[in-house]
Amino acid sequence: MRNSARSQKIAFALLFLATLLIIIPVGLIVVIIVIKGLPAINWQFLSDIPRQGMRAGGIFPAIIGTLYLVIGAIVFALPIGLLAAIYLSEYSKENFLSRMIKLAIVNLAGVPSVVYGLFGLALFVVFFKFGASILSGSLTLGIMILPIIITTSREALESVPHSFREVSLSLGASKWQTIRHIVLPNAIPGILTGTILGLGRAAGETAPILFTVAAFYLPRLPKSIFDQAMALPYHLYVISTQVPNVDEKIRYGTALVLLILVLFMNLVAIIIRYKFRKKKKW
Amino acid sequence: MVKFSINNLDIWFGSIQALKNVSIQISANEILSVIGPANSGKTTFLRMLNRLNELQPNFRMQGGIYLSGKDIMKIEAESLRRNVGTVFALPLPLPLSVFDNITYGVRIHGVRNRVELAEIVERSLKQAYLWEEVKDRLNTSAFKLSGGQQQRLCIARTLALSPEVILFDEPCSGLDPISTTRIEEAMLKLKEKYTIILVTNNVKQAARVGDKTAFFLSGELIEMDRTEKIFTTPSDKRTDGYIQGKFG
Repeated sequence: MRNSARSQKIAFALLFLATLLIIIPVGLIVVIIVIKGLPAINWQFLSDIPRQGMRAGGIFPAIIGTLYLVIGAIVFALPIGLLAAIYLSEYSKENFLSRMIKLAIVNLAGVPSVVYGLFGLALFVVFFKFGASILSGSLTLGIMILPIIITTSREALESVPHSFREVSLSLGASKWQTIRHIVLPNAIPGILTGTILGLGRAAGETAPILFTVAAFYLPRLPKSIFDQAMALPYHLYVISTQVPNVDEKIRYGTALVLLILVLFMNLVAIIIRYKFRKKKKW
Repeated sequence: MVKFSINNLDIWFGSIQALKNVSIQISANEILSVIGPANSGKTTFLRMLNRLNELQPNFRMQGGIYLSGKDIMKIEAESLRRNVGTVFALPLPLPLSVFDNITYGVRIHGVRNRVELAEIVERSLKQAYLWEEVKDRLNTSAFKLSGGQQQRLCIARTLALSPEVILFDEPCSGLDPISTTRIEEAMLKLKEKYTIILVTNNVKQAARVGDKTAFFLSGELIEMDRTEKIFTTPSDKRTDGYIQGKFG
């Protein structure tokens, strides 16, 4: 009796310690970035172009560039990913080929992002002749987040109880009507979770945009999707390693803006998801 | 009048034969009770009548099923299922409001008019003896209803499509005696307009509501006759044994 009580205490302590170990670095990162970056944040920093070789001025073009890239990636990846997920979970027969496809998609999520960058360079920039442009960068980021969106959407679709489908079919609905009216509405929260994860990754990655879109220094806003653009993660890399004597607060300010941007986009998706969850009735 | 005519029906799931050479005639405006122990093929038989079995992988069949003289394999599955409704063993409301649950089927089939939909809801709920209990909360979630109410909602949902035949797959297996009585009352009333096939594990229920009773065992139809005859002087002693509770 005493023994089991003690081992329970030890187990509890270990679990708590592990959780603490995860929280501490995350908390430290946020605290350090906020403390060091906050002094840089002002209206000029957010709305002005970079000046004096990026040692002064603002980061507005990079903010806009990242927004464009993330929106482009989602616009490309969400429809395709969702349709593929519907096909895989609802239509494809369970056989060797479909198992291989599912396995390949899961593995794609683990491919290093620089490989996607190289792929985007070869396919979009060179082969399709889109050049280094927002289009190339969005498509590359889109392909990178496709596996995340497909995998989470598939899980969301498959978690809708089988009985709902059977009831719908038994009332004379076709398979597609069943998917549209019963399965999809109940899978939306899960699909949005995948989208949130994808958003965060697309906004933060440097390697995929390195060869496909990112401009070292471009003190104006992109005019079209065939234009190059600055982007926050790459800009951060540039001012941290490529440009000497950049004030520390500008670097941390940039990181803070990137962090807030990702959090904000997540928040929007979380609110949408919450609205749908409230409607969920089972 | 014969509603369903089933000739020499064999059904397999993979290598397992679920039904063996079943032939049966089902008359219109009657309740046919189907009884038999677990794995006797009675649910497979029921699910064959609106082609729900074919959703299962490795399904294979032989023989003919005719609804009012028409081969059901030649009718589009969607319109067959509209005419042959199902009430499942467990109450399975869709994750929608009471109103939307009932109108789901007819909306799928193209009814859009609000007035018409409201009429359908009222008519179906009255037929399922549920109207008085839910008329003030048609817009609440169907999951807020009690189990017995949910099952009557499912009956109303099936009735909303004005089918010719209603299949009940052990509709009272999860319900209390009072809810069971209400559903049995509803069935007895419904047979005036519809043909009803009731699969049940409750032999007494089969005796209470069935005009005819069919006894299945290991995928075979042992016998089918008027309910009084099956329960008093069955021709096969296995039927007698099952009814007396000697096995199954």
